[in-house]
Amino acid sequence: MQWFKSAVDWLCNPPILFTLIFIVFFLAYLWKKLTWLWTPRACVVIFLAGGLFVAYGLTDPNFRAIVTKPDNVPIVGMLFLTGFFSWLSMYLGTRNDARIGKNLPPEEKLESEIKILVWPDLVYTEFLCMILWSVLLIIWSIYLKAPIEEPANPAKTPNPSKAPWYFLGLQEMLVYYDPWIAGVLLPGLIIVGLMALPYIDPNKKGNGYYTFAERKWEILTFQFGYLVLWVMMIITGTFFRGPNQNFFGPFERWDVHKVVPLSNINLSEVFWVKMLNLGLPGNWLVREGLGIILVLAYFTVIPMFLGRTLFKRFFEKMGMVRFQILMFLLLCMVSLPIKMYLRWLFNMHYVVAIPEYFFNI
Amino acid sequence: MPDDPKASAARSPAPAAPAAGEGVTRRGFFSWIGVAWISFSGAMGVASVSTLRFFFPNVLFEPPQTFNAGFPEEYIPGQVDNRFKESFGVFMVRDDSSIYAIKAVCTHLGCTPNWLEAEFKFKCPCHGSGFYITGINFEGPAPRPLERYRIVLADDGQIVVDKTKIYREEKGEWKDPEAFIAA
Repeated sequence: MQWFKSAVDWLCNPPILFTLIFIVFFLAYLWKKLTWLWTPRACVVIFLAGGLFVAYGLTDPNFRAIVTKPDNVPIVGMLFLTGFFSWLSMYLGTRNDARIGKNLPPEEKLESEIKILVWPDLVYTEFLCMILWSVLLIIWSIYLKAPIEEPANPAKTPNPSKAPWYFLGLQEMLVYYDPWIAGVLLPGLIIVGLMALPYIDPNKKGNGYYTFAERKWEILTFQFGYLVLWVMMIITGTFFRGPNQNFFGPFERWDVHKVVPLSNINLSEVFWVKMLNLGLPGNWLVREGLGIILVLAYFTVIPMFLGRTLFKRFFEKMGMVRFQILMFLLLCMVSLPIKMYLRWLFNMHYVVAIPEYFFNI
Repeated sequence: MPDDPKASAARSPAPAAPAAGEGVTRRGFFSWIGVAWISFSGAMGVASVSTLRFFFPNVLFEPPQTFNAGFPEEYIPGQVDNRFKESFGVFMVRDDSSIYAIKAVCTHLGCTPNWLEAEFKFKCPCHGSGFYITGINFEGPAPRPLERYRIVLADDGQIVVDKTKIYREEKGEWKDPEAFIAA
């Protein structure tokens, strides 16, 4: 089975893993031939496969060390939950889509007409849930240890030093971006962008019932940001980041001395030193001119271009202001995978690097 | 009953009642309010000043900002010395021609990097920034090189590291004669 472990380790190399995830994600949601994924049978098969994989992985000491770490056990459980609810929303959505296709009302409409009693129907269910959750929490608190560690010492940073699991997506972002952008600007934009959603997207369809066909684009965008850019980043940060923040496959030993040859290079160095064979100009505005132009073009030319071609319909429906806000938020989101690939494939450090003023993109 | 003279007398205000507030004029009222506001603002001002005062403690229990780092001969060329990392947060480095003191704070988000002897680089455990022995950043997200402290030779020939002055490479300050000791 060594070949299997090596294959998994190889697949879990982030450039390959993320590329695969992108492909699987879009195929699963958009390819008509894969709609069987949203049936209960497929769900059972996928979950059995996932369970088998974890069960097999637990026989490997390195896999076991990462997955059974007390901090990580709930994350493994949560992955299955995330998968299940993503599946469930699509399952209910496709069922409703089929009904709507036949001019029937969505299932929620029928459900809302059924009346049941609070006591005993609702309270009984809640009571059972409460008991089960209490049992689970008690077992969890007894079996998963959370010991107090030695007093903090600024001279001794744990290696690897990891944020709590819910921040690991942010910590992943910090690897690719300047702290100001990854720690303040992008998280702020996530919150502001989520708050702005109802104003950007006034589409009333899908209000109160599951659907996919009526809101394809919206659901895809959201699930891309959530599943691929948030959950996947947490998975990467939790399971694949080892000592010195190097990448490790799930079956790979966490070797403190693993050497990964990396030598980052700024865009300005590529342009001035490698392409033009000149030294770096002393003036930062001249030095970073190309990067600044590229970033500005990214945020201005692409919306203009897309507004006239691919997103013409959106542009006409939404109007200038709404469309520009949508494009800005979307481009900020997409800039993250772009930056990640630039780092992985070309060792790109920063597109705009002005350390003199603590400004790097 | 409504015409009961006693009840109506009790209801109507007695003219002699406001005897206590007799001396209060409009002008007098406002001067009292003025006094009240002035003393209130004064008290708040004193409270704010004393709160601000808290930010400047009388005694600081931290290692001195300047320390003796021994003689230059104690340092081996081409090696990073960790002996002052824990106590002062300083890496002492000696290369072929100079000795310098690197501040052990990552320029990305401020974790303490480790010196990896085998890989011959500084590596930050938080986000994976890597630095050459000179402190120049070359991998990970750190936007600029590690900073250096002022380092001079005392009269007795010992090295003195002064943490109050910092030299940054991107400002061209490493060429400053006090950013390193020629050795």
